[in-house]
Amino acid sequence: MTPHGVGTAVIITSLLAAAWCLVTTLRKRPIGIGELVAMGVAQALVITQIVISVVHLVQGQRPHELATFIGYLVAIFVILPVAGVLAKMEPTRWGSLIATVGGLVVAVLIVRLNQIWTGVG
Amino acid sequence: MAELKSDPGPLDRPARETGGPGGPRPTYAGPGRVLVAVYGLFALAATARAGVQIATKFHEAPLAYVLSALAGVVYILATVALARSERRFAVLCCSIELVGVLAVGTASVVDHAAFPDATVWSGYGQGYGYVPLVLPILGLLWLRRSSRT
Repeated sequence: MTPHGVGTAVIITSLLAAAWCLVTTLRKRPIGIGELVAMGVAQALVITQIVISVVHLVQGQRPHELATFIGYLVAIFVILPVAGVLAKMEPTRWGSLIATVGGLVVAVLIVRLNQIWTGVG
Repeated sequence: MAELKSDPGPLDRPARETGGPGGPRPTYAGPGRVLVAVYGLFALAATARAGVQIATKFHEAPLAYVLSALAGVVYILATVALARSERRFAVLCCSIELVGVLAVGTASVVDHAAFPDATVWSGYGQGYGYVPLVLPILGLLWLRRSSRT
């Protein structure tokens, strides 16, 4: 996908958010406002990535597997919000672990999204 | 006296076997909520992927894609069972999953041609970081641990 910069930014911020949540998990604490803000920043970049992808699609560019690509776009949009809500529902270290997993999954999904676009992997 | 709960979502719905103090823990709380989240993710991933495969290229590997769809259905049922604390059904789902990932994993190694695309259970869940292999084991361990008082 053309703007690799945004994808890389999403990967870095979501991994940082995941790392923060992992520290919170290991400290056996529920997530607080800081972790939520970190996830929010990652989510803002996720939305930027989605908008760029949709613009590419509207302009007529096509990924290798269109249906799968759109599926990934939908999934990547909901992961962090759902992880955040579940983490708040479970205000223990286990909620923090859910938030950690959410950040990791977003990073993996961005990598897969790029692979699907280029048809590699 | 009513408990003060601002928003009891579906995951907080009191199901059977929630028990009182000293009873078995509900399967959806604590570590169980992590399992519900990851199971939900795999339910989505496996079902959507199988749906796309069956819709676009079913003839290429019908067996692999049908097994992939079956895996998706089992993940959905396991998610629901864990989220509602339906213990026996959850044990059944996790067991089917464990058997499935071992059987399909072995089959995909033995007969590589029948599994051209990575599916959720082929190669023992290799394409998904072996999470499909670990998940049912964690599920069964959690079901056993949470049933103890």
